[in-house]
Amino acid sequence: MICKEYTVLSAEGLHARPATTLLNVVKKFKSDILLKKGDMEVVAKSMLGILTLAAKCGDKVSVTIEGEDEIEAAKAIEHLFLEELKNQ
Amino acid sequence: MKGIGVSPGIAMGKVCILEKKEITLTGAIIGAADADGEIGKLDDALKAAVQEIEGLKSRRDNALNEDESAILDAHIELLRDPILYDGIAKKIKNELNNCQDAVIKVIESTRQIFLNMDDEYFRSRAADIRDIGDRLLKQLVKSSSVNISKLDENVIVVAHDLTPSDTIAMDRQHVIGFVTELGSKTSHAAIIAKIREIPAVVGCSALGSVKNGQMLIIDGSTGEVILNPDNKTLSEYKARQEDFMKKCTRLKLLKDLPAETADGHRVTLAGNISEPGEIDRIVQCGGKGVGLLRTEFLYMDRDCFPGEEAQFEFYKAAALKAGTNPVIIRTLDIGGDKNLGYFNLPAEANPFLGYRAIRICLDRKDIFITQLKAILRAGVFGKLKIMFPMISGIQELREAKKVLEAAKAGLEKDNTEFDRNIEAGIMIEIPSAAVTADILAKEADFFSIGTNDLCQYTLAVDRMNEKITGLYDHFHPGVLRLIENVIIQAHKNGKHVGMCGEMASDPLAALLLLGMGLDEFSMSAPSIPYIKDVIIRNSMQKAREVYSRVMEMESSTQIIEYLQVVSK
Repeated sequence: MICKEYTVLSAEGLHARPATTLLNVVKKFKSDILLKKGDMEVVAKSMLGILTLAAKCGDKVSVTIEGEDEIEAAKAIEHLFLEELKNQ
Repeated sequence: MKGIGVSPGIAMGKVCILEKKEITLTGAIIGAADADGEIGKLDDALKAAVQEIEGLKSRRDNALNEDESAILDAHIELLRDPILYDGIAKKIKNELNNCQDAVIKVIESTRQIFLNMDDEYFRSRAADIRDIGDRLLKQLVKSSSVNISKLDENVIVVAHDLTPSDTIAMDRQHVIGFVTELGSKTSHAAIIAKIREIPAVVGCSALGSVKNGQMLIIDGSTGEVILNPDNKTLSEYKARQEDFMKKCTRLKLLKDLPAETADGHRVTLAGNISEPGEIDRIVQCGGKGVGLLRTEFLYMDRDCFPGEEAQFEFYKAAALKAGTNPVIIRTLDIGGDKNLGYFNLPAEANPFLGYRAIRICLDRKDIFITQLKAILRAGVFGKLKIMFPMISGIQELREAKKVLEAAKAGLEKDNTEFDRNIEAGIMIEIPSAAVTADILAKEADFFSIGTNDLCQYTLAVDRMNEKITGLYDHFHPGVLRLIENVIIQAHKNGKHVGMCGEMASDPLAALLLLGMGLDEFSMSAPSIPYIKDVIIRNSMQKAREVYSRVMEMESSTQIIEYLQVVSK
């Protein structure tokens, strides 16, 4: 199991476009991926889940990955949070 | 008839009513054996709905822009969402609802979750949930409705409400405007109308009497809606429409022009923003840089103080987005009028004369130093400047600068990279600061005049008090003399002066401020073209004349009359 915390960099938080980007990344992997903000925990492979997290720019979100491809998933997700979301 | 104008411009055309039959609960209970059949219907409907959206996306005669594509992509993901699917399937299997009822119930409860969120943006996602729900139900319950995606002639669409899909699917060539009974300035329909630059009015009740084919005029700036206009009205609005188009074309041309007078005097036109994303809008509107980045939103809607890292990322995003253009960051400017759950600010009789802004920061240096460290670190990525709000005198400025030095020393000790030469200026909004601008100009790197509060404090007027709101007046000679003094003293000491209060966005004040020597006008992005227009159309020589004439006048009535004449 891999667990890491990221800050949401996209200017408008995890709304429609960044949420779709995130979803497209996590869907590629077999592992179970959870997102947590404060007390709320959601399944990352669900658009509804990501949107109900209501994560805004500057919010800290922790990602928990568990499964056979967790290492690749962690790399892809790290790249997403640190690089891709910055430009959205 | 009147509504809320949400996208400016005038549209004149035939009515095309978008009728929508509300699909309601049937209340039927299915037999347990039928559950699989109902789930089969769900699967088919989901597939068809997704296909319909993909069809919309790939239409070449109605090409979508990036934002619209993104909305539709998100809708596709919502339709494929496992949580949504499970919810509906459960209602079918466990509660023996038929597919239609299960969908209606789950969509509604999901909508409620979003409607209850604190954040306005996420709250309006409820509209997306309703949208995909409607699309899904349309597949389950075939009902006919007007197809506004393929029209033969120019029409103004009239509807009770427009979902995001409705507006995206609209025949771009033939829909020249729309008006709805529901809706607000921030609803999807309004946003898309603005992007498409077609006039739109929302929140207009009494559309019930409107019939297909009737002639309609809508004014998206004033919110007026006129049914069956006579010839006189028609020609009057045609003239207004032409005027508006001319103005739009001119303003678009201004985007890439520098803010320079006819005789070569340049000023900076910048934007007031609350988050880095808004910098794009400043550029779109022809502005350069950020004259005010408010930081309050970092502290609101949360359960604890924002840490240094979260703040650092925020400021870094702003620095990167602005590139070589400066970003002036105003340190925490909050008080007892705003409720921060985690920070017990005392309830005060006079919050605007109370414990707020820099006073809180100098009392709680722990909070202050965190913000300053984050800004200093982010400064490495662009051109950031620090601005202290509500400074009343030199002692406060000196104390604030001491904390800044402590922040620098702390980062130095930890070997963290930061901008050693960051500029630190102040907002001039308290009369005592405006009057002692000569003293402050020696130690502040720049000034930015906050006319909103400066006017309130100088004229002893609460803007929000309806009884006296007429007394709030930035053309009062008392206010003008203070502004004049601030500019003179700053320039005497070789310092830059900007203005971030509302007066900077008032085209009537632009010539006067120009003549006074204001270096920077900062305002909300949409106002930028209007000020640039004034600057480009006039000369600095004229501006200086206007300035000297105005300073001899005794009342703002006289001043406003004069400015209206010279601004023609």
